[in-house]
Amino acid sequence: MLAYALRRLLVAVPTLFIIVTIAFFMIRIAPGGPFDRERAIPPEIEKNILAAYDLDLPLWQQYLKYVGGVLQGDFGPSYKYRDFTVLDLIASGLPASLQLGGIAIVLAVLFGITAGTFAALSQNSRYDYLIMAGAMTGIAIPNFVMAPLLTLVFGVYLSLLPVAGWGDGALANKILPVIALALPQIAYIARLTRGSMIETLSQNYVRTARAKGLRERIVIVRHALRGALLPVVSYLGPATAQIITGSVVIETIFDFPGIGRHFVQGALNRDYTVVMGVMIFYATLIILFNLLVDLAYALLDPKVKYEQR
Amino acid sequence: MANAGNTTGLVLDAAGMVQGRSLWADARRRLMRNKAAVASMIILSVIALLAVFAPWLSPHAYDEVYWERIQAPPDFAAAHWFGTDGNGRDMFVRTLYGARVSLMVGILATTVSLLIGVTWGAVAGFAGGRTDNLMMRFVDIMYSLPFMFFVILLMVIFGRNIFMIFIALGAVEWLTMARIVRGQTLSIKHKEFIEAAHASGVSGARIVTRHIIPNALGPVIVYVTLTVPQVILVESFISFLGLGVQEPLTSWGVLISEGARQMETAPWMLVFPATFLAATLFCLNFIGDGLRDALDPHDR
Amino acid sequence: MQTLISITRRTVLFTALAVTFALAGPAGAEKILRVANFGEPESLDPHKVSGVWTHRVLRDIFMGLTTEGQGGETIAGAAESWTVSADGTVYTFKIRDHVWSDGKPVTADDFVYSFRRILLPETAAEYASLMYPMKNAEAINTGKAAAETLGARAIDARTLEVTLRAPTPYFLTQLTHYTAWPVPKHVVEKHGDAWNKPGTIVGNGPYLLEEWVPSTHVKLVRNPKFYDAGSVKIDRVVYYPGEDRVAGQKRFRAGEVEIATDFSSDQIDWLHKNLPKETRIAPYLGIYYYPINTTKAPFNDKRIRQAMSLAINREAITNKVLKSGEIPAYSFVPPGTPNYASGPSYMQWKGISYKERLAQANKLMSEAGYGPDNPLKFTLSYNTSENHKRIAIAVAAMWKQIGVQAELFNSEVKVHYDALKSGDFQVARAGWVADYPDPQNFLFLLESKSGSSLNYGRYDNNEFNSLMDKAGVTSDLDARAMLMAKAEAQAMEDQPVIPIYYYVSKNLVSQRIVGWVDNARDSHPVRFLDLK
Repeated sequence: MLAYALRRLLVAVPTLFIIVTIAFFMIRIAPGGPFDRERAIPPEIEKNILAAYDLDLPLWQQYLKYVGGVLQGDFGPSYKYRDFTVLDLIASGLPASLQLGGIAIVLAVLFGITAGTFAALSQNSRYDYLIMAGAMTGIAIPNFVMAPLLTLVFGVYLSLLPVAGWGDGALANKILPVIALALPQIAYIARLTRGSMIETLSQNYVRTARAKGLRERIVIVRHALRGALLPVVSYLGPATAQIITGSVVIETIFDFPGIGRHFVQGALNRDYTVVMGVMIFYATLIILFNLLVDLAYALLDPKVKYEQR
Repeated sequence: MANAGNTTGLVLDAAGMVQGRSLWADARRRLMRNKAAVASMIILSVIALLAVFAPWLSPHAYDEVYWERIQAPPDFAAAHWFGTDGNGRDMFVRTLYGARVSLMVGILATTVSLLIGVTWGAVAGFAGGRTDNLMMRFVDIMYSLPFMFFVILLMVIFGRNIFMIFIALGAVEWLTMARIVRGQTLSIKHKEFIEAAHASGVSGARIVTRHIIPNALGPVIVYVTLTVPQVILVESFISFLGLGVQEPLTSWGVLISEGARQMETAPWMLVFPATFLAATLFCLNFIGDGLRDALDPHDR
Repeated sequence: MQTLISITRRTVLFTALAVTFALAGPAGAEKILRVANFGEPESLDPHKVSGVWTHRVLRDIFMGLTTEGQGGETIAGAAESWTVSADGTVYTFKIRDHVWSDGKPVTADDFVYSFRRILLPETAAEYASLMYPMKNAEAINTGKAAAETLGARAIDARTLEVTLRAPTPYFLTQLTHYTAWPVPKHVVEKHGDAWNKPGTIVGNGPYLLEEWVPSTHVKLVRNPKFYDAGSVKIDRVVYYPGEDRVAGQKRFRAGEVEIATDFSSDQIDWLHKNLPKETRIAPYLGIYYYPINTTKAPFNDKRIRQAMSLAINREAITNKVLKSGEIPAYSFVPPGTPNYASGPSYMQWKGISYKERLAQANKLMSEAGYGPDNPLKFTLSYNTSENHKRIAIAVAAMWKQIGVQAELFNSEVKVHYDALKSGDFQVARAGWVADYPDPQNFLFLLESKSGSSLNYGRYDNNEFNSLMDKAGVTSDLDARAMLMAKAEAQAMEDQPVIPIYYYVSKNLVSQRIVGWVDNARDSHPVRFLDLK
C-alpha cells in the first residue's frame, strides 16, 4: 500500500502539470481582461499596464514564464490587488480557511455519521423521519439563504454574535460561518450514511456477526459502519478539498478572509494569476484527499486491493 | 469478516436471467406499497402539472409589469396569490415558470451526470490498475479546473443556449458520482459472486452491467437525490454569469437568491419559491429511498 | 467611552471588538471609527489605484496640493496658497510648511517627482490620463517624451510651478484627486515597490497605516505629525472591505460599523421606515444611461433613438423601482455640475406629459417604418446586478407600448464592458461618475476622437466634435460653458445615449457621527468627523 501511495504521489506531478496547462489556456478564452474596468482605460495606458505585467507577450511565452515562475515558487503578482503577490493573498487567507473548513468538516463528519447511523438503525421510525427531514431541510435551504438568516437572527435580532468580520480571529466570529458551512455537509453525510448503512445492515456478514452474539454496539461500529462508510468517504475526498478552499458565499456574507472568494472573485476580475494560484492549491488538495480516500478504502474494506501492475 | 460473502448478486442475477420481468414488477409493487414514496410522486406530479399549465392558471402573464403593485404582499383580490416581485410581476406565475426551468435543469443535468458518472466509475473500478489510474486522474483534473471558465469555454464553443446549462452542469456533477461508484465497485468486485461469474466465463461488460452497477445502486440513488438540489442552485450562479436563463424567464435558483435579499422586507419573495424547491427535494428524497428499498432484494 | 457602551450591548466575552479595544491601549479616551467600505483597496500607492473605496482610505493617508473640505469643497491642502497666470495656464503653488510622517519636510520636489512618476509608462498607472492637462503629460505617458519635459518644476523647496497645455478651469479641483497626490521621494527611492507596506509607508495626511490584512481590514491611526493634527478627533479608523451591501447593512444595524458607504436600493423601504435618520441620500455627479450603437441599423436612424428615449417613463423608474431619491435624467450632464453657467441642455420635450411623449414616439416609429405589425426587435444588454436588472425589465415593459420588443441579456461585468468597448451590442446599460466636477468630464464620453474608447455608441457628429474642440481651448469660463451647452443640446437632439437618471450617493451614518455633510462629491474626510 505504501508503494501504491508513493506511485500515486509521483503521478500527482504530471497531473498537476496538465491541470495548470489546460487551465492557463482555458482562462484566457474568456472575454475581458484583468484591466478592463467599468471605465475603460485609454489604449496607450492600457499598453503600459499590459507591458508592465508581460501580458503583451504571445500567450505561449506567458505560459512558459508562468510555469517557470511556479517551478521556482513564484506564483506571480495579483493584477487586481497590486500590492500583493498571489502567495501573499493565499497565505493571508489560509489560516481562516483552514480553521473554518477544518472545524466544519469535523463537525460534519461527527454529526453526519452519527445522525445517519441512528436514522438507519431506527429505519422508518419517527426518529428516522425526523432526522431525515432535518437533513433534507439542511440541503433544501441554500447557503445564500441560510447565512443571511443566521446573521439576521443571531447577530441583529438577538445580538448574541457578531454579524460579520474576522474580529482578529475571535471565536465568536467563527461560530456562525462554521454553522453555515457545516449544516449542508452534515445533511449530505447523514443522507449518505443512512442509505449505505441500511444496505450494510442487511448484509450477511452483519447478520453473521449478530448471530454470533456480538454486542450490538460492536456489530454496528466494527462491522456495519466500516462497510457503510465507503460512499461517505468517496464523497468526503472532494468535499473536504472544497470546504477547506472555502466558499465564496460564506466568506462574502460573513466578510471572512478565506481564499474561496479569490477563486470566484479572481475569476470575475480575470485576475489570472490569482485564479491559477488558488486552483493549484485546490488541485493539490483534491489529489491529496482523493489519494487518502483510496487508501481509506483498503482500510475500511479488506477486499479492496490495489494490485501491482 | 472471513465469511462475509454476498449473495445479492447471485439472487439478482438468477432473478434477472430467469424471470427478469417479474423482478421489475416486484420492485414496482414494493414501491407502490411505500406510502411516503407514493405521496411524493403525487405531489411531484402536481408540481410538474402546475409548471406545464402555468399560463392558464393565473390571469397574469409571467412578464407583465404592474406599476401600481410593486413588491406587494399576497393579495387575493388582485389574484396575486404569492404577491409580486420588485418589478411588480406576479410571483405565482413566476414561481411556476421557474419550476419549468429548474425541474428541467434538475432532471436533465442529473441524468447526464448519472449516465457518465456511473459508467465511468464502474469501468474504472472494475478494470483497475492502469486504466483505473488514468480514468481517475482525469477525474482529478476535471475537479480542479475552475468551473466558471469551464462553462464559459463551453459557451464559446457551442454558443449560448439553454441546453448548454444542462451539459455544463451534468459535465461537472458526474465527478463525485464516478468516485462513489468506483469505491463501491472496488469493494464489490472481489466478492464471491463476481469471481464466480468470472470463472463461468461471463464477459467483463456483462459483469459490469449485470452485477456491479445493480449492486452499487443504493448509494447512487441517494447521491442522485443530493445532486438535484445542487444542480438547481448552481444554475442560479450560471445565470448570474449571464450564461443561464435570461430575464424575463426565471428559475427557482434565481427567484430564491432574489428573495434572500428581501427576506425581511418581502418574505413572500423568498418563501414561495423556497417552499416549492423544498417540497420537490423532499419528494425526490422519499422517492429515492422508496426506489432503493424496492430494488434491494434483501428487504422484506 | 461610546465604543465601550455599544460593545456591552452584546456579550462582551464573545465580542472580538473587545479584544481590539483592549489592545488599543488606554481605555476610554480612544475614538474608533469603523467603516463598511465595500471594496478592498487595489493598492495603497496612490498612483496604482482606481476605486472610490480606495480613495476613501488613501485620502486619510495622503494630501494633495488642494484637498477635500468637510463638505467636499476644494480647500488648500499641501499648498497653502497659489497664483494663476492671466491666461490660466501657469499655476504657482506655495507649499505649506509641513512634514511627512517620518519627519522629513514635504517639498516642491516631492510633487515634481510624483507627477513624473505617475506618468512614466513603467509605473503602469491606470488613471494617469487625468494628469493630461499638464504640459507634455500625455507625451510622457505614451513614451514619446522624457519625464523631465513635464510642465512641473520646483522653483525652490517650497515653491512649485505647474504649466498646463491649455486653461483648465477644474484643475485646482482635480488636484484633490489621488492621481495628483505626492508620494515621499526619499522613501520610494529607498524601498522601491515595497515602499507602501506597513512600517515603511510614509504620508502627509491625517492618518498613518497601522495594519492591512487583505480581505479583513485596513487599520489607520492618527498621524501626530499631520499639520493640522490638533483638529483631528478620531483616533483610529478601520475600513472593512466586504462587498455585500445587504451584509454591510446588517453590520450597521448591529452596531459593528458607524458608517456604511452604500446600501442596496431594494432595501430602501425598510431603511426609510426603520433608519430614517441614518439613511443619507444626496445628489451625486453621475449619470445612468443607455448608449445606443449608432453604427448599426436601424439605430443609425435618429427617429428610432428619439422614440426609444421618449417612451421611457423616467419618473416611474425613479419613484417606483429605485425609490432612493434618484432624479430622472433629461440631460447628459447632471444639473449642479460646476463651470456650467446656464445648467445642462435638456431634451426639448422634457416639459410635455408622458402620454404626449408616447404619442410622439409612436409617430416617430411609424415614420421609421416600425409599428405593432412590424415590431422593432433588438437586445438590451446589462451587467449582472439587481438594479440593472430591474431597470431593464421596466424599460422593456415601457418600450412594448411603442412596438419595441427588447430581449434582455445580462452578463458578468467583464464580458459586458468587453462587448461595449468592441461595439458588439445594440442597446446597453452604462454609467459614469465624474472624476472631476466639470461638464467636460461627461461630454467627452461622446467625442469621436480616436482613442475615446468610452464612446460606446460610436457617436460621431461634426457639430458636436467641433464645439467640444473649441471649448477645450477657451479660457473664458462663460464662453466655454456656452460652447459645451450647445454641444450637449446637439447630443440630446441626436440621442446617441438615453439618459435615465442622475445618481445619488447613499450612506448609512450612525447618529453618533458628528460633522457629516451631505455633498455632491460624496466626500466625507475622516479628519473632519467626530464620534459622540
